[in-house]
Amino acid sequence: MTAIRTTDLTRRFGTFTAVDGVNLTVEPGEIFGFLGPNGSGKTTVIKMLCGLLPMSEGNAWVDGIDVRQHPDLVRTRIGYMSQKFALYDDLTVLENLRFYGKVYGLHGPTLHTRIESMIESSHIGPYVTRFAGRLSGGWKQRLALACAMLHDPLILYLDEPTAGIDPVARRQLWDLLFQLSGRGITFFVTTHYMDEAERCSHLAYIYHGKVIADGTPTALRALPDVTPPDTHRYEITVDETTQALALLRTWPGVRSATIFGRSIHTLLEQSLSAEALSTRLQEAGMVVEEVRSLLPSLEDVFVELTLRRQRELEALGAPK
Amino acid sequence: MNPLRGLTAIVYKEFLHARRDSMAIMFSLLMPLIQMTILGAAIDTNVRQIPTVVFDQSGPISGSADSRVLLDRLRNTDTFHIVQLVHSDQELNEALVAGQARVGIKIPYDYARRLLAGDTAQVLVLVDGSDSSVAGQAINVAAQVGLRESLARMIPNARALVVDVRPKMMFNPDSRSPNFFLPGLMAVLLLFVTTMLTAFSVVREKERGTLEQLLVTPVRPLALMLGKITPYFVLGVTEMCAILFFMRYLFQVPIHGSPVLLVALSTCYLFVNLTIGILVSTKANSQTEALQLAMMTVLPSIFLSGYIFPRDNMPLIFQGISYLVPASYMINITRGVILRGADLPELWPDALALFMMGVCILLLAARRFTRMIV
Repeated sequence: MTAIRTTDLTRRFGTFTAVDGVNLTVEPGEIFGFLGPNGSGKTTVIKMLCGLLPMSEGNAWVDGIDVRQHPDLVRTRIGYMSQKFALYDDLTVLENLRFYGKVYGLHGPTLHTRIESMIESSHIGPYVTRFAGRLSGGWKQRLALACAMLHDPLILYLDEPTAGIDPVARRQLWDLLFQLSGRGITFFVTTHYMDEAERCSHLAYIYHGKVIADGTPTALRALPDVTPPDTHRYEITVDETTQALALLRTWPGVRSATIFGRSIHTLLEQSLSAEALSTRLQEAGMVVEEVRSLLPSLEDVFVELTLRRQRELEALGAPK
Repeated sequence: MNPLRGLTAIVYKEFLHARRDSMAIMFSLLMPLIQMTILGAAIDTNVRQIPTVVFDQSGPISGSADSRVLLDRLRNTDTFHIVQLVHSDQELNEALVAGQARVGIKIPYDYARRLLAGDTAQVLVLVDGSDSSVAGQAINVAAQVGLRESLARMIPNARALVVDVRPKMMFNPDSRSPNFFLPGLMAVLLLFVTTMLTAFSVVREKERGTLEQLLVTPVRPLALMLGKITPYFVLGVTEMCAILFFMRYLFQVPIHGSPVLLVALSTCYLFVNLTIGILVSTKANSQTEALQLAMMTVLPSIFLSGYIFPRDNMPLIFQGISYLVPASYMINITRGVILRGADLPELWPDALALFMMGVCILLLAARRFTRMIV
C-alpha cells in the first residue's frame, strides 16, 4: 500500500490557487523531499495531508485512508514536526513526552515503555528533568522529533526540520532519519538545503502550486529539460569570476551562467565548445584555471526548472 | 468518535502550566482582593457634610436669631458642613467657583423682618451642579428644611405632622455603601480573571505554534477547549470564595441567602466568561489583541449590567443590550442572594440564561476553533 497518494490535490484561497492539481505518490519507507521556494504551496500541501485544511478539489489517501472521509483515523497514523518545534518551554522534557503520549491515548505501562524507548533513541536521557525552554536548538529538535514519534506513526511530516540548527545537529538528525526509515517509517520532509535534498530517496519540486519535477535525485539530474540534448554543462574556474560572468551572459551560445563559490556553472549550446569559450575568456584578459564537464547539481536542476516555468508563465501572461 | 478525546491530557498539561506560573496565578487572585479592599474602604455613595459657605445679611455680624435657627437646622441634617462665613455676593460666588464649597447659602437682610411681618422670606441656595448626587442631595435636604421651618411657623402648636411618611430601607437598613456595591463588584472582578486568563492561555499557544501541533493530534476541539477552561474554572471558584469571605468578614456585608447557592449559581457565570475568553482567543493573534478584545467585553459589563447605573433607567435600546451582558444576570444573582436572601425559585431563570449563553458561545467558539488554524 502506498504511504501517501494524492490526485489533483487543489487548494484555493478566494481567487488565488495555492496548490494546483498536485499528484504525488510516496512509497512506504521513502524519505520524500518536498522542495520549493517560500510561498510555493509546500506547507499548504502538508496541512491538507494532515487534515488541518480542507481540500478545494482532488483527493488524498494516507496509508490507504481517505483524508476527506476519515481525518481522525489519519491523525493517529501520522506525526508532524513543525519548524517551530512546538514544545512547551515551561514543561520538562519528560513532561512534554508524557503530554504528547497522553494526547495520543497512551497511558500506563505502554506510555512508560514508549517514553523509555524514545529517550533511548534520541539520547536525551541526561536532560529529562530540564525545562524544554532551556534546551539548545539541536536538543529541542530531537525532543520535538521524539514527541512526534511517540505514538509510533507510520508517516512523519517534517516541515523544515533543520532550519536554524547547527551543522552537527543537522547531520545527526539525518542519520536518525535514515535509521528510522530503515524500519519502514515514511518521511515527508520539506527543506531549503540542497545537501539535504541529495539525501532524499525521492524528490518533488513545487513551484507556484504546481509540481514541476518528481523523481529520484538521479532521475531529476538526467531530465532533458535541465540539460537539453543539444547542450552541455561546464564548470569554469577563472581569476575574475564576476567579470567573467558578466561577459558570458552577453555571449551567444551561453544558455545560462551562475556563480558557485570561486567558479561558474554554465550551460552551453553544442555549437560553442569548451575550448572556444576558454580561448575567448583568455582573449578578454582573464586567467582560466580549469574548465571541466559537469553533471547538473540539484540546485542547477531547480534553478533551471524554475526559470523555464517562469518563462512559460510569462508567455501565458500570468503575473509573476 | 469520542468528542472529548484528549481531555485528560490537556487538563494534565494545563495544571502543570498553572503550577509553573504560580506567581501569575497568585497575582491574579490577589489583585481583585486588593481592588475590592480599596474600593470597599474608599467609596461611600451616601452624601454627608457637603462643604457650604454662608452669606448672612440679616444681622450686623453673625446674622439674626431667626437666621441662626435656620442655619442650625441645616447643620443638623448632617448634609451641610458650614466651612466659611462670607460677607459679599462676590465672595460667595468665588468660593463656589474655586471649589472650596459645593453649596452657597444667602440669607437676605430682610429675612428676620419679613418673618416677623408674616411675609414670605426668601433664602437663596446655590448648588454646584458638577456632581449630580451631591447636587440632588443638597437640593432635597434644603427644600425639606425650608418646608419644615415653614410648617413650624404656620402651625406653632401642632402635635405632629398630619401625614407622617416613614420610609424604611429594606435589605440594607443602614444604607451602607459596601452592602450595595460589593455584590456587584464581585461580578466585575470575576470577569477579569476568567476571561483574560483563558484568552491568554490559548493565544500563547498560537504564538508558539503549539496549537497547530495540537490540531494535528487526535485531540477534539471540544476537549481542547474544555481542557483549557478547567484550571481557570477552578481558579474562578476559588476567587469567588475568597471574595465572599473578604466581603463577609472584612466589610461586614451580611449574606442573607445561602452562600453555597451563590457559589453554585456563579459557576454558570464563570462558565460564560471562560467561553468568552476562548471566543476572544479564536479571533486574537497576539496577547495584546486578546487584551483589547477582552476589554471590549469588560466595559459593557461595568456600565450596562446595573453595577453602576440602574438598568431600569436606561433607554430601551440599552436595556435590550443589557440582557446580552452576562454580568447583568450575575449581579441580579449576587444582590438577590446576598442582600434580599433570594433562593433558587427566584434566581433559576438568571442561572439558566447564563448557562444557555455559555453553551451557545462554546459551540460558536468550537466552530471557529476548528477553522482557526487556516
